[in-house]
Amino acid sequence: MGNALLQYLTVFVLSVFVGIEVIARVPSILHTPLMSGSNAIHGVILVGAILVMGHAQTTPEQILGFFAVILATLNVVGGFTVTDRMLEMFKPKAEDKPKPEATADEEVAS
Amino acid sequence: MSRGTAIDLAYLVAAITFILALKGLSSPKRARAGTFIAIVGMLLAIVVTFFQPGLHHVVWILIAMAIGLVIGFPAARLVKMTAMPQLVAIFNGVGGGAAALVSITTFIGTNTKEEATYKVLEVLLGVLIGTVSFSGSAIAFIKLQELITGRPITYPGQKVVNALLGLVAIALIIAVLITSSTALLWILLAVSFVIGIAVVLPIGGADVPVLISLLNSLTGLAVAASGFTLGNNVLIIAGTLVGASGLLLTQMMCKAMGRSLPNILFSAFGSAVTSSGGAGVERPVRSASAEDIGVMLSYASKVAIIPGYGLAVAQAQHTIRELADELEAKGIDVFYAIHPVAGRMPGHMNVLLAEANVPYEKLLEMDEANPQLSQCDVALVVGANDTVNPAAREAGSPISGMPIINADEAGSVIFLKRSMRPGFAGIDNELLYNEKTTLLFGDAKESLTKLVASVHAS
Repeated sequence: MGNALLQYLTVFVLSVFVGIEVIARVPSILHTPLMSGSNAIHGVILVGAILVMGHAQTTPEQILGFFAVILATLNVVGGFTVTDRMLEMFKPKAEDKPKPEATADEEVAS
Repeated sequence: MSRGTAIDLAYLVAAITFILALKGLSSPKRARAGTFIAIVGMLLAIVVTFFQPGLHHVVWILIAMAIGLVIGFPAARLVKMTAMPQLVAIFNGVGGGAAALVSITTFIGTNTKEEATYKVLEVLLGVLIGTVSFSGSAIAFIKLQELITGRPITYPGQKVVNALLGLVAIALIIAVLITSSTALLWILLAVSFVIGIAVVLPIGGADVPVLISLLNSLTGLAVAASGFTLGNNVLIIAGTLVGASGLLLTQMMCKAMGRSLPNILFSAFGSAVTSSGGAGVERPVRSASAEDIGVMLSYASKVAIIPGYGLAVAQAQHTIRELADELEAKGIDVFYAIHPVAGRMPGHMNVLLAEANVPYEKLLEMDEANPQLSQCDVALVVGANDTVNPAAREAGSPISGMPIINADEAGSVIFLKRSMRPGFAGIDNELLYNEKTTLLFGDAKESLTKLVASVHAS
């Protein structure tokens, strides 16, 4: 077992604890945006896809790498866009610009 | 500082932004800022990758990225909010697919006979996990899009077949480790693909949220495996973060449903619709017209709205908001009681209702809402069933122990339901036969539209 592997294993184990700790207190209303956000974050596989495509030496490697880059880009772009759209809706009312199709807010007359 | 060190430092910064982003997503106020930070980190990681020494085919890489951008952005932008779960599933699937392809390409590109066994194992795990996530997400997408039935798909001997597939995958991994055969790797790829499909088929529509969360976590692990293979820290950190937090999230969702993960994955829950209260015996229920119920609502002083899966299916989030507006205009206090697993994804109801401009403060989580229900004159249950079923409080029911919203504590209960069919858990709901319960049959959206009109008139 090489030193490099040991170093990566260390990073892996520490990341497991960080991953658990960091979301331990998420309110359930944010579960969906959180899932979507972490979905976007694993789009970082694009870095790996660029690396294998960039270092590809044979045609099959290039073709596979090409598709890997497309899929990974889809993951990043789609993931962040969807997350942002979801979170846009959690904006406090005061800052909300009225949408064209939305009806005028009726104030509670109690 | 060498170029390599600078790039690694940039990757470290990116990894930190991802941690901060997950942290930010834990609070409604900081969530958007968190996402923004992650986008900056992601751009940084991608841009510095182009400065890695010896990178070729840059033009082709840019073309592939452009293709991904041109397809992904409009798709994510234009799809309706109600179709979000499908979209999350598909974007997760392509991530898993990308991780599998990265691992395969590395396998072909290196002389695996000379590589240490653990290096090959990392590649194989990346292929297996990434592909399972890819095909599993694809089936989840097809189920949510209702291209096939959302009910569990089962056949005799299913568990045996799935167990065999698992064993074959393990055998193939061992065989590739020994022989370094590329042909066997392709077979492993095919088997992984089938496993993804086979595992997802028996999972029912209402459990798909948990499944997507699990698949999301799996993709994270596949990315981490690719990170080990490529010796890239940002992939390991980001992938593991998602893998670990995704598993915890999955666990939280299971808890909210009062079930264990193995139970969700393997029991084909809800495939047989059985009614526990004596088959064939018609029990009396009270149903009323929209006009009568409109009057009931108009004379209440506090109303709790309990939305569920049916509301999401009928896409009635705007209509229910109109109803709440009508009631509030009459000076009635209205709030929404949100069960953690209401809808198709956890928090799905919040997203849908927020889309309909329901103020954030009106959405109460179960723990906040329950103490208030006894003060409510009316609990309006829209397209929910199991999440208000009092059977959960008793032992011996399939949903025993699942936390529920105490709709039965309100003065009266109104159910908007499509039919008397039991909910997803396939068990009868005593609350439907309760003497303070009134039913209004029909599609949630149509019923709500009628109620809006009748409340407005009365």
